[in-house]
Order: sequence, then structure tokens, then C-alpha cells
Amino acid sequence: MVYENPDGVRIGLEIHIQLNKLKTKMFCGCSTDYHNAAPNTHTCPVCLGLPGTLPVLNKKAVEAAIKVGLALEGEIAEETQFHRKNYFYPDLPKGFQITQYDFPIVSNGKVVIEGEDGEHAVGITRAHMEEDPGKLVHIGSIGKSKGVLIDYNRSGMPLIETVTEPDMRSPKEARRFLDKFRNILEYLDVFDGNLEGAMRVDANVSVHWGTRVEIKNISSHKGVERALLYEIMRQKNVIRRGGKVSQETRHYDEGRGVTLSMRTKEEAEDYRYFREPDLMPMQVTDWIPAIKETLPELPDAKRSRFIEQYGITDMHAKSLTSKIMLADFYEDVCAEGVDPKIAATWTADVFLGELNYRDLAISSYDGKKISFIHAKDPKIKNSFKVSDMVELVNLFAEGKISDRAAVEVIRTMLDTTEEKTPSHIIEEKGLFKAEDDLVTKAIAETIAENEAAVQDYLGGTEKSLNFLVGQVMKKTKGTADAKTTRELIIKELKG
Amino acid sequence: MAKWMSVAQVKEKIEESSAEEVTAHYLEVIKKSKINGYIKVSEKALEQAKKIDAEEHDGPLAGVPIAIKDNISVVGLPSSCGSKILEGYAPPFNAHVIEKLLAAGAVILGKTNMDEFAMGSSTETSYFGPTANPWDLERVPGGSSGGSAAVVAAGEAPFSLGSDTGGSVRCPAAFCGVVGLKPTYGAISRYGVVAYANSLEQVGPLANNVRDIAVLMDVIAGYDRRDSTSIDSKTEYQKALVEDVKGLKIGVPKEFFGEGTHPDVEKAVWNAIHKYEDLGATWEEVSMPHIKYALASYYIIAMSEASSNLARFDGTRYGLRENGENWHAMVSKTRAEGFGTEAKRRILLGTYALSAGYHDKYYLKALKVRTLVKQDFDKALSKVDLLMAPTMPNPAFKIGEKIEDPLTLYLSDVNTCPINLAGVPSISVPCGFTDGLPIGLQIIGKPFDEPAVLRAAYTFEQNTDYHTKRPLEVA
Amino acid sequence: MITKEDVEHIGWLARIDISEQETVEYMEKLNSVLGYFGQLDELPTEDVAPTYHVAEIYNVFREDVVEESLPQEVVLANTEHKQDGTFRVPKIG
Repeated sequence: MVYENPDGVRIGLEIHIQLNKLKTKMFCGCSTDYHNAAPNTHTCPVCLGLPGTLPVLNKKAVEAAIKVGLALEGEIAEETQFHRKNYFYPDLPKGFQITQYDFPIVSNGKVVIEGEDGEHAVGITRAHMEEDPGKLVHIGSIGKSKGVLIDYNRSGMPLIETVTEPDMRSPKEARRFLDKFRNILEYLDVFDGNLEGAMRVDANVSVHWGTRVEIKNISSHKGVERALLYEIMRQKNVIRRGGKVSQETRHYDEGRGVTLSMRTKEEAEDYRYFREPDLMPMQVTDWIPAIKETLPELPDAKRSRFIEQYGITDMHAKSLTSKIMLADFYEDVCAEGVDPKIAATWTADVFLGELNYRDLAISSYDGKKISFIHAKDPKIKNSFKVSDMVELVNLFAEGKISDRAAVEVIRTMLDTTEEKTPSHIIEEKGLFKAEDDLVTKAIAETIAENEAAVQDYLGGTEKSLNFLVGQVMKKTKGTADAKTTRELIIKELKG
Repeated sequence: MAKWMSVAQVKEKIEESSAEEVTAHYLEVIKKSKINGYIKVSEKALEQAKKIDAEEHDGPLAGVPIAIKDNISVVGLPSSCGSKILEGYAPPFNAHVIEKLLAAGAVILGKTNMDEFAMGSSTETSYFGPTANPWDLERVPGGSSGGSAAVVAAGEAPFSLGSDTGGSVRCPAAFCGVVGLKPTYGAISRYGVVAYANSLEQVGPLANNVRDIAVLMDVIAGYDRRDSTSIDSKTEYQKALVEDVKGLKIGVPKEFFGEGTHPDVEKAVWNAIHKYEDLGATWEEVSMPHIKYALASYYIIAMSEASSNLARFDGTRYGLRENGENWHAMVSKTRAEGFGTEAKRRILLGTYALSAGYHDKYYLKALKVRTLVKQDFDKALSKVDLLMAPTMPNPAFKIGEKIEDPLTLYLSDVNTCPINLAGVPSISVPCGFTDGLPIGLQIIGKPFDEPAVLRAAYTFEQNTDYHTKRPLEVA
Repeated sequence: MITKEDVEHIGWLARIDISEQETVEYMEKLNSVLGYFGQLDELPTEDVAPTYHVAEIYNVFREDVVEESLPQEVVLANTEHKQDGTFRVPKIG
């Protein structure tokens, strides 16, 4: 099957990610750990741009950029350097941003995603290093702002800006790209996507191979998909009405789910790029072999290995490797000698499904327990131990609990922060699987007590079977396995 | 106490009396000043000197007072860079050179007057009014480190720090009859020095004699991890002070004796060269064909870098803030009010030279010409040990004489700015007078060959008495 | 030659308010300087590489080691326009 791309959609992305796993900022020794700090407490003369200060480049930021470049299968520049991008904005304490211009550290990479018609490569035009500006808070609404408060804690945070080719053909592909891209970065351990402002996306989109429209500053992957869906619809409507899509920059209003034209500035900006005279150029290609050695197994490679090593399905392997922390958790569970296929089902399908249902995002894994945090309310957090998953998988594999009971255990553990093992919960709730003769006895009683339902079933009313199963479950207080019960009743009645 | 003292004499005085008394002496002289050399005299100088006495500090400059150009950051003192836009700003950190000076025991007398953001050659563009030349109070002291040169010439400090982007140490040294060194690019950390043109400038010492320049260099030069352009040359400056130029090969670039050179300046410089010949050196004429393009190249690069460097002065975090209905209006008004005319001109020209459509014609072209100028220096300095030329083509001019026409003022940097394009070291030493105004000899060396430059300057000084002459107007 | 409009445009790029009268003055002074800069045109430089820096240094880095930041009150000490630990400025546009 080949995707026809009926609307001629082309989407390109520009993604800013903070290298927030580094200890210090791009050009000064201020800590990057500012997310819960009071404003302007993680700043120094350099990141405040005080007169007379000079930037000195964080070596780890360059190493991280090379790692990213290699993971994106890009070329690392023989010689690379920084430029100044000159413009005035209150979050920019020097009146210019130190960034890379015509010699980015990474160019010509690619990321393979699950496209509309199977594997689909998205070209990476370039990836470059730059510094983050400070953070602005508008007093009142942005339209009727009474003033602006500036916090420079973020100023000078190391960023990598990645620019893709317009290779994505649908909002879904854009979202898949972002998921994959984020996953790769987390594998590289240069980036924690859960921190506020860790990833910001600008998208450009055109339909029928026409004029490109930029959409600025979208904060979530879902937001990108929604903003693009809206924008494609808008552009199609413009064309349908005989209009022309104009080249412009639009702002995504997350609340209303629409893109809005940003007021055109009275005059076009002119960034007057020139080489940053306070930073020396770099020749770092000789670092590549050593950095390659440190590169972790990346998602695609891990996915193939999981299929091979654990004998699990591609669906499970893909799901388990979609987050490095989940993949590590799964491998540690398997290392305890459990059945890897059962472990995959319970980790990828049930555990991950229940997390998603609760809007919980995996935030860390320390080798013993995997932690997660609510996507919108960081106060809601919890964790799940490797040992608990091992116990659960073993109990299930040994037939001591039903699948319904296992789901119940996982749900209970996610909903309470009390220290309880699966056995505790099973005992407390009486979830141990009923003994076989108990079930047999209950079936016999049920058949005897429900003559009418039995006759209905034998007469072809399938619904009645469900009723009978329900009666058995009632008698066994839910400890019977529903599927087995069903089969036993059929066997009893139809032979 | 003698009004003009060398560092050695100051140290003797401290031995005899105390750092406190010596500092008090200088503060007394400053109080009677007729030259407006200081923007701010430190209220903590005496206290600092007392502390040095109490601690029995044994640093190389223990208790020795020094004056600092106002674009060098000192904790506890305002830093104005001669501009209204930095009104009320006091840096919360010390420049690298200040850290070094304080560790050596120096006492900071105050901050000296300068052209606004070091943009000028006369100290007339300062928001705090012009500094007078101690040799003739109606004349300029040169610039942009005019305050730093004038206070040394007037005995208001034994030595001082300036900064040299296109001649800003050497020009006022020549005009005020003192010694001033522009070190090799990278020899001294620029951390804490407010940038005018990053790729061109260096901090430079000013003093009454060559030895004190070397003393100061031994304290302030060296590697600093906070300046990526800093280089550890491990030079020992005082060791270079050997009175011997036998066999020294001097190059005289004829392009530095242009049409507008004052005949007395030309004569004084040739006399100096002949003096070297008498002392055993040889000289030859060398040709540097691209020097005539250096001035345009220099100004384009300096203004371009400056237009970006000065963008941070937006009234948001420190300094002047005017009212405006929105942030951009506030910034535009603040910058209109806070910058003087010359600073604005240079920002506008630099903005233009970097702007779309003009970047290649001006900025890129200037960088290419810089290559050619540098090649001229490389070639000339491969044949000879040092180059000698007039520092300034003319002696100090009258206050107000050139300020109205920027181009005329720019042209006075014609002999100093090529050195900054090439990044080589250069010193200006007194070599004569015309109508009672000092003349400076410029000695230019190979990169990091400050020892050769200092040795030649020192030998000249030991065999002449120009550096012992004092301005009577302020005596 | 730069025009009045050019002066207005670069004045906006550089965020410096320039009055009508000043525009004309700047135009004249700037043109005289630019005329002088124009002499570089006579020099052929097609095959000349630009010199950004005289020091041929490469690869200057800092280790990823945390250093102390400034206390908030020091950061805000140079302005009167502050609120709740932040710098306060007028609305942007």
C-alpha cells in the first residue's frame, strides 16, 4: 500500500530541546536545576549578559550535540562555530542570542518513523547548538498585558535546535516523528522530556504543495497534531473558497485549538548574523570514535533484539522500547527469570495502558522501581517495583490468580501509594483463583438452579450463557476464571 | 612626597611611611585636579590601603595605588563607560585584571574618564565632560583612555589601566607624554572589560616609565579560563628590561609617515630611530601596501561588533530607563537618551554594515582586508625584529576642534588601528616635543614578543630624558 | 548612499529613536563615513579569506561543573523595576 497523500500535505518541524541532563548551562557554571527554584536565583553575570562578561562553552553540550547527530545518522561538521543572532526582546539579556548559523554541528541526518504506509524516513536538515532565552510572564492576558515579569533562570540553558525536511505527510506522521525523536533523545540520556519547557516545537505546513505557513511554539506532541489538523483544514478551506494561502507565521491557541495569525511586525527583522568573536571555532570530529563507543543501543536496535531475545511480538517490542525507562524495567523483570512473553503482556499492554489511562507519564527508573508523574499535576506521582511485577507475573503464570485479578492488582497499586506487594493485595481482596472443584461445584449448582436460562441457551439464546457465567462468578466471589468457566459450562451442556 | 613617583619610589615611600599615607597623598593631589581625569574616586581607597598596612600584605603591588579606566568592572564602584546609559550601574563582579591587582595588593584610586564606550580618540565623547591634557588644558588628552593617561601625566596616579581597541592606550599615552602598551591579542583576559570591539581590544597599562609597564604586565597578564581568547604565553615581562639593542633590526614602514604627519613628529621619530642606530641597532625601510586600507577595515569591524555588544543596554536590568508605552518603545527611548551622538553613529553604522544586503559589501570586505593588513605585518616582521613609527601623526589637538566631524577624528587613528587588526603588541614611548606638546614613538613587535618591544623601549628610555619631563600646568 | 528611509530602518533595527531633524543629520554624517569606507571597493579580495580572529585557537571548553550563582537580591540590585524576584518591564508590543 502506498499512501496517496490526497491533500499534498508537507510538514516540516523545528524542534528545540533543552539539554537538561547537563549539570550546567551552555556558557556559564549556573546549575540547570532551576525548575522549582525562585526566579533569578540560577543566574550569574554571564547568563544575565552583564557588560564585560564572556561566554565559555560547556564541553558536555558539544558532546551531547555530537551524540544526537550520530543517533540521527547525521554528518558531524569538520569545523563548526557560533554566531550572534541580533534582535531585541526582553528575555534576551545581551540583545543577541548565541547560536549556530552557516556551520551547524550536525547536518543531513534522518529518522525512520512508522508512516502512513509503513516505514518512512524523515530527513534531518540540520541540528545546531544555541542558548535559551529567559522566561517571560505577562501580567494579565497576553492581549491586554499590563506588564511583563522576567525570570532569567532559563537564560543560557543549552539547547539543540533540530530542523527537519518537510517530509511528513500528515499530522499523525508529525506526531510519530516527535514521539520517536523524543524517545531517541531520552535513550541518549541528554534530555528529560518531562520537565517544563524541555521541548518546544515550531511546525511548517503546506497543502497541495503550496505556500508554507509557520506555526510557532507548540508545547506538546498532541498539540502539534491538533494544530496541524486545524491548519490543514484551514488552508484547504481557503483554497476551496478560491483564495490563496499567504506565507505567514501563526500562533497556536491551545485552549481553542485554533491557529491565529500573528500580527505582522511593522518592519521585517534582520538578524545581522556574524561570528561570535568571544568563542573560538571547534574542530571536534576526532571525538567521534570515543563518543560512538558511549552511544547506547537505540530504540530500533533494542526493538529487534527484544523480539529475538525474548521471543515477544513486534507490537510488544515496539511498545516496550518506546521509552528507555520502560525497556530497562522490562529487561530487569525478565532478568528475574519470569516468562518474558507474559511479562511483556503485563508490562506493555496492562501496566502501560493503565498509566496512559491515568495520564501518568514515566519519569524515572532507578533499577528497582519505575516512577511516574501526572502529566498535568506534578503532585500526583507514584512508582512500581520490579519485584512487584516479577511476583505478579509469577502468580499469574502459576495459575494462582486470574487475569482479571492481575489487572485489579495493577490498578490498585497505581491508585495507592501504600507499600503493598501484589500478594498483600490479593489476600486483602480475596483474589486468589478458586480451586477447580469449587468452580465445578458452582457450575453444577448454577445449572440446577437455572433451568429456564439453560433451556434458553440450548435453544440458541447466546445471552443466557453470559448470565450463567455471571452466576458462577457470583458463587465463587469472582475468583473463577471467566474464560475457563464459560468453556466448562459449554462443555457441560453441549458435551 | 614627590608628585611623580615610579612604582619603585611609591614602594619605598610605603616602606618609610605607610600605604595609607601614600594613598592619602594621591587622593590629595586628585582633589586639586584641573583635568577631570576621574569619573569616580573610590571612597574605599584609604580603607583598602589601611587593610594592606594591617595585613602587612607582601604582594608585588602591596599598597601601590592605581587608576582604572571606567570600562573595567570593579565591585563596589560604578561602571559608566563614560555613558549616561549606565547611570547607577555597579557591577557585582570584578574583572580578571582587577582580581589580579587586588591579589597583588594594589589600591584602587578610582575610575578614569573615557570616550563613551571607548568610542573616540579624544575623551570628548564622555557623558562626564572632556578630560584636559595636563600639558595644555585646552587640549585633549587623546582617547579613548584619556583619563587613564592624563592622571598618570598629572601625578594623580603612579600608573593606570586603559583599554586599546584601535589605539585607545597608545594615543593618549602619546598625547600626554607617558608610556602605554597594547599587548598581543590574548595576552590579558578581557573578562570584566566592557566590550566595544571584541576581536580587536586588549587591556593595556599606562605609566611614567617602561619598567612600571612591565611590573604591571607581570601582575595582570596570563591565562584566564573565563576568556576563551586568552592565551598563556608565560612571558616574564620585567626580565625583558635589558639595556641593549645591539644587532636589533628595525623596520620603518613608510606608510606610517603619511601626508598629514606633522613635520616635528616625523623629525622626532627619525631622531629616535637614529638614536637606536647609535646604540647598535640597524634599520631599513619596509613596505606595507595595505596599511592605507586599515582604517576603513578597522572602523567597519569595530562598529559592527559594537552595534551588537551595545544591544544589551536596553533599560531592562540596569542603567537608565525612560518611559515608553511598551517595551520596544521604552528601549528605543532609553537608547536615544542614554547614548551620546558618536556612540549612536557607530551603532547605526555597524548595524548598517551587518544588515541584509550590505553585510558582504562592508563587514565581509573589511574582514578580507584585515587578512591583507595582517599579511603585511607578518611579512614585514619576518624581515625585522620590530617596526617603528609615529604613534600619532600629530600632537594633541584642541578640545572641540575635531568633534563635529567624525571622519576627521577617525583619521587620527590611522597609525594605531592597523596594529589591532593584526593583534600584535605595540608600545608608545615619549620621544620629543613640539610646541610643548609630547610626541610618541610607536614600537611594534611580533605576536607575544612583548619582551623585544619592552627591551627596545627600555633601552631608549635609559638613553633619553623625554620621560622625565613633566607638565608644568599641573605642577 | 544611504537614504532617510535607511536611517529610519537601521534606527529601528538598533532600537534608537531618531527625530526628523536627526535623521537628516545622521544621513549626512553616515554618508561621509560610508563614502570613506567605499575606498575598500578598489581592492580586489575575491581570493582572500576573511580574518575573524588573529588568534588561531580552536576548541576552548569549560567542564560541566556547577559554580555558584548570584543571590537574587544582587541580581536585582541594579534596578528599581522589580516585582516578586523578577525584573518588571512594560508590556511588549
